[in-house]
Amino acid sequence: MAAASTALTSTPAPRRRPYWTIARRDALAGWLFVAPQLAGIATFVLLPLVLVAWFSLHEWNVLANTFNFVGARNYQQLLADPNLPGVLGASAVFSAGLVVFNLSLALLLAVLLNQKLAGIAVFRTLFFSPVVVSLVAWTIVWGFLLQKNGGINGALLALGIEGPNWLRSPGTAMASVIVVQVFKNVGLNMVLFLAALQGVPGELYEAARIDGVPRFKQFRRITLPLISPTIVLTSIITVVGSLQVFAQIAVLTQGGPGISTTVLVYYLYQQTFQFNMFGYGSTLAILLFVIVLVLTFAQWSLRRKVVFHEER
Amino acid sequence: MKNAESKRRAAPSFLAPPRRARRDAAGLGAISAARARLLIYGGMCVLLIPFVFPTWWMVTSSIKPASDIFAFPPQLLPTHTDWSTYAQVFKLQPFGQQYWNSAYIAALVTVGTMAVSSLAGYAFARVRFPGANALFMVVLLGLLIPAEVTIVPLFQLFRRLGMVNTHWPLILIPIFGAPSVFATFVMRQFFIALPVELEEAARVDGLGRFTIFRKIALPLARPALASVAIFTFLHSWNLYLEPIVFLSSAHMFTLPQALTHFTDAYGGPLWNVQLAAATLTALPVLIVFVVAQKQFVEGLAHTGLK
Repeated sequence: MAAASTALTSTPAPRRRPYWTIARRDALAGWLFVAPQLAGIATFVLLPLVLVAWFSLHEWNVLANTFNFVGARNYQQLLADPNLPGVLGASAVFSAGLVVFNLSLALLLAVLLNQKLAGIAVFRTLFFSPVVVSLVAWTIVWGFLLQKNGGINGALLALGIEGPNWLRSPGTAMASVIVVQVFKNVGLNMVLFLAALQGVPGELYEAARIDGVPRFKQFRRITLPLISPTIVLTSIITVVGSLQVFAQIAVLTQGGPGISTTVLVYYLYQQTFQFNMFGYGSTLAILLFVIVLVLTFAQWSLRRKVVFHEER
Repeated sequence: MKNAESKRRAAPSFLAPPRRARRDAAGLGAISAARARLLIYGGMCVLLIPFVFPTWWMVTSSIKPASDIFAFPPQLLPTHTDWSTYAQVFKLQPFGQQYWNSAYIAALVTVGTMAVSSLAGYAFARVRFPGANALFMVVLLGLLIPAEVTIVPLFQLFRRLGMVNTHWPLILIPIFGAPSVFATFVMRQFFIALPVELEEAARVDGLGRFTIFRKIALPLARPALASVAIFTFLHSWNLYLEPIVFLSSAHMFTLPQALTHFTDAYGGPLWNVQLAAATLTALPVLIVFVVAQKQFVEGLAHTGLK
């Protein structure tokens, strides 16, 4: 390689064009550089995607050792599954609740932390800290706090209120899971919003203040439009992330009470690895895939319409 | 702090005495500003409770004897301490081994992902090669496909290879599969924004692509590499679905999975032991975070600004 390259640069008029031209060498380098990633995508993403579609056409019970082609029967079973409306409903409630609560809290915190106050950096650190706490550790503590006789009800009782059994009552279980998840990760969106707020030119507020525009109106007419790209971006990340919630459900509620917190990923896990229905589990995986695809495309097209301006 | 504040407020009146009306207005403004500031601090302290208190509760409850764990009224500070919970953590499960499992898997995944993603990200940003755009689209597919979609076939794949209940799937899938795609994307965005002149000069000098990458581009990419390292480490450290699917024996467990296994004979959680193990899991990362918070926050924020 080294000899070839000196030959290339130092001899002005080579008699024969060398095989390893710059373009060829670049092509080789490019392919070699991306080879590990591409081989990984092929093996661990594309092949499994094809396989999961293939599996979804089979009745496959690992324990009974059956693997029979059944065509679209799993999909018929899916449509007739009495649990499906509940599962999709739980997923929708979780995602919607998470996105709304997460984004509004993140925005509120970002606005608060965007002020020039002494010690604001300490607050920023503290609000961000749950992001780096191990997810299961965080969930376990909250599970402990939310027990019938746990810390939260203890505090409520001290105020004379008898709290519910948060994780075992249909009305509060889902709300609890959402709240636990929001406090864990809202710091990420908060930081993104903070960066966006700091990108809003100060002159705009100056001008608005001189014109006597009230604070709230400044926020609605200046801040919100200018940070709308970040709002859309964070909502995409948060929605897609919310569809993958698993550990929180597994640790806090195991999908209960009833199936009120059984989101799609948890249902997929149960059907596949607890009930050994690998074929039907694959069908549920395809459903999850379709939902993620549809949501992502919907949000990207929404981004074009709603967003006030784009950097590029 | 309070003193400095009042001094600053007093200063103008001392330097520029008369003009009574204006001074009064300024004084009023200062009072209401101070009140507003107090309100903001108070509001933020209340808002902080759900962010900070769980960690406090985790640490303090982990040294409470089992009888005090649900005591009423709740003990913000343990009245009796019982450090034996920490001994229990190691007695009930091979917790040291599990700690090591999580640590070395996360370390390997982090280093591996940095290598794979910086190479691929550099090539997609800089090198002109046939099929680059199409291949990049293929890689981006990985962003669209949640790990949960492919968990069934991946389980079968590794079962065929005899790698179930080994750490291989937890190492190989994140380094080469979908989780590293995001890292590749971050690296590519960084290299695109990097000025190209230095590298072009090196090319004129006849340096090969790999040398340019290693000697010039990679050292400049430190901030991007740091953010890749941070989110990759946290992702691996927090992984839960994959370990419980692939691993079945206690000495192979990773930490998140081990935490949920501190149970009594009836399957009920041994809260204080579980919380002690959770504390051991969470505290080291928290401490690193407090020391290097700037890198953490900026690193994680970078990745969102795609």
